[in-house]
Amino acid sequence: MVDVQPMQSETTRSDDRGSEADHPHDSAVVRFGPDKPLKLDAGVELSPFQIAYKTYGTLNAERSNAILVCHALTGDQHVASLHPVTQKSGWWETMVGPGKPIDTERYFVICPNVVGACMGTTGPASTDPKTGKPWGLEFPVVTIRDMVRAQAMLLDHLGIETLFSVAGGSMGGMQVLQWAASYPARVFSALPIACATRHSAQNIAFHEVGRQAIMADPEWQGGRYLLDGGNPRRGLAVARMGAHITYLSDAALHRKFGRKFQDREKATFSFDADFEVESYLRHQGISFVERFDANSYLYLTRAMDYFDLTADYDGVLANAFKSTQTRFCLISFTSDWLFPTVESRAVVHALNAAGARVSFAEIVTDKGHDAFLLDEPELFAIVRGFLDGAGKARGLAPKG
Amino acid sequence: MNTRADPRLIAPDIGRNASGARVDLVLVAEMVERGAKVLDVGCGDGELLRLLGETRGVDGRGIELSREGVNECVAKGLAVIQGDADTDLADYPDDAFDYVILSQTLQATRQPRVVLEHMLRIGRRAVVSFPNFGHWQVRLQLLFAGHMPQTDILPYSWYDTPNIHHCTIKDFRQLCEATGVKMERAVALNAWGSPLRLIAPWWFWNLFGEQAVFLLSRKA
Repeated sequence: MVDVQPMQSETTRSDDRGSEADHPHDSAVVRFGPDKPLKLDAGVELSPFQIAYKTYGTLNAERSNAILVCHALTGDQHVASLHPVTQKSGWWETMVGPGKPIDTERYFVICPNVVGACMGTTGPASTDPKTGKPWGLEFPVVTIRDMVRAQAMLLDHLGIETLFSVAGGSMGGMQVLQWAASYPARVFSALPIACATRHSAQNIAFHEVGRQAIMADPEWQGGRYLLDGGNPRRGLAVARMGAHITYLSDAALHRKFGRKFQDREKATFSFDADFEVESYLRHQGISFVERFDANSYLYLTRAMDYFDLTADYDGVLANAFKSTQTRFCLISFTSDWLFPTVESRAVVHALNAAGARVSFAEIVTDKGHDAFLLDEPELFAIVRGFLDGAGKARGLAPKG
Repeated sequence: MNTRADPRLIAPDIGRNASGARVDLVLVAEMVERGAKVLDVGCGDGELLRLLGETRGVDGRGIELSREGVNECVAKGLAVIQGDADTDLADYPDDAFDYVILSQTLQATRQPRVVLEHMLRIGRRAVVSFPNFGHWQVRLQLLFAGHMPQTDILPYSWYDTPNIHHCTIKDFRQLCEATGVKMERAVALNAWGSPLRLIAPWWFWNLFGEQAVFLLSRKA
C-alpha cells in the first residue's frame, strides 16, 4: 500500500485545462456542427458539440455485430485499452477484449465518452463557442436521456442502425435502460448491470454530499476555476472518497483493510492516515482528481439524480418497454447497497408485464457495487452465455 | 430470501430415453404446440426449456428459485429470472403465455391451488407434472415400514425435503375439479418411465403411476 500524504492543494496542469477538455485523448472524435444540435431535456440545444469514442474489433458486412458499451459516472471511453492519462489498463478489460465475454474478435465494440464528461466529449470544461472561455456552470444540465440521444447521433454518423447489444453498469446501466426505452427498434439485446430505473433518495443524498464538498472548496469559485487556473482538487477528492465507500461494502472493506495500521505499529495520536483504509481512500481521492474535472462531476451526478424512467412513462415502468422485442439480461450483486437487487427486480417485473424476453441473475459477492468491474467468473459466464444466445437469434456467425 | 432447496436441482432419479432426455420432460414437451410462447415455472437447470427450444421451437421463459439454477440457465442463453412460484406469478399479466409449465414443482409450492389458478390466468393452457404420492411403493413404505416414504423420485428425508404439499393423482384431479379447470390430457408414468395404458382406470393410475403429467385449460 502506498503511503499517501494528506491532500495538498496543487495547481499543476490546471491552467490549460479548458482547451485540454476538447482534446480527443487518444480517441476518435466526431464533431456535430450547427446543423446537428443536441436537443437537451433542459429545453435548450447544445451546438456545436463533439463526442470522443473508442472502437474495438471489426464491424461485419451486415453491420449487425455492434455492441455499445456505456460507461459509469467516472468512467470514460477507454474501456479496453490503456488510459492515456493514468496509464492504467481499460476500466472493463476483464469483460471486453479478444476472447473476453464481450469478445472483440466477434463483436464491434463502441464506447463513447458521455456528454457532460471530460475526456474529449463536450462538457463543462469544454470551450463555450459564444465566449471562447470554458463553459463552467453555464453549461446546460444534461440528463441520461441526453447522453443516449447523443450516442444515437454518433451511431447515425457511424452508419449503424441497430445495435446487437447495449451493455453497461451503474450509470452505464441507466443508459442501457434508456436506450431500450427510447430506441427499442435499434436495440437487439440489452445488458443493464447493477443499476436502477431511478436514483433513490439515499443515492441522491450521497451525490449531494459530494457536490457540496466540491462547492465548499474555495478554489471552486462558483464553478469558474478554469478561468484563472484554480482547481477544487480537495473538494473533488473528498467527493470521490465519500462516493468510493458506497461502491464497496462493509465486508469488503473489512476483508481488505480491517483495522490494520498503515506502515506503523500503533496509533500516532494524531490525524495522520494511521489506518490503511484512510490511506487507501486518500489515494483514491488524489488519483481521481488527476483525471477528472470537478464541474463534470457535478453535472454527471446530477444526470443520475434526475434519472427516473418510471416518471417519464406516467408512473408505469412497463409502459417504457411496451411491445419491446429487445432481449434483456439484468444482473445484480448481493452486497450492492447503492443499486440493490430489489431495483433490478422492479425492472424485471415491468419487463414481464410488458411481455419482454428477460433474464435476471443475482450474483453472490461481498464486493459491493464495484463487483461489476471486478473479476467475477459467474458474471462473465452469464454475459457470455446471454450474448451467445442472442447472437444465435441474431444470426451472427459463431466465432471461427 | 427463500432458502428452500429446489427439487429439480437435486435431480431425482427419473428415467431417460435413448437420446438422454428425461422421459417426463419429453412427455411434457409433447403436450406443447410448436412455436408456442411458454413459461416454465421452477425451471431448474433449464433442461426442459432447452428441450422445448430444440424440439418444439418454442419461445421459452423460465422462473427459478435457486440462484445456481438461474445463473446456469442464463449462461446457457435461456431467458430465465430468479423468482418464486408462490409470490412472483402474481406480477405476470393475463394471457401472457400459451402454456405455463410446472414440472416437478407443484409439491414444493406453499399454495398449490393459488399457483395453479395463476398458471391458468397467465397462460391459456397449463402443463403440470408431479410425483404421485399414491404410488404403491409409497403406500407400502408408510404402511409396513412406518416411516415417511423415500423413493427414487422422492429421495429426501422428511426433515430436509422441499416437498411440502405431496398429493396423489386422485388429489390433483379433485383440485382441478374444485378450481374449475378442464383436464385435456393426463398421462401417468410407471416406475420405469413408461406411460401406463390409456384404458386403465384412474384407481389403477393412482396405484401404479409413479408420476403424472396433466395438460389443463380453462373451462369455457
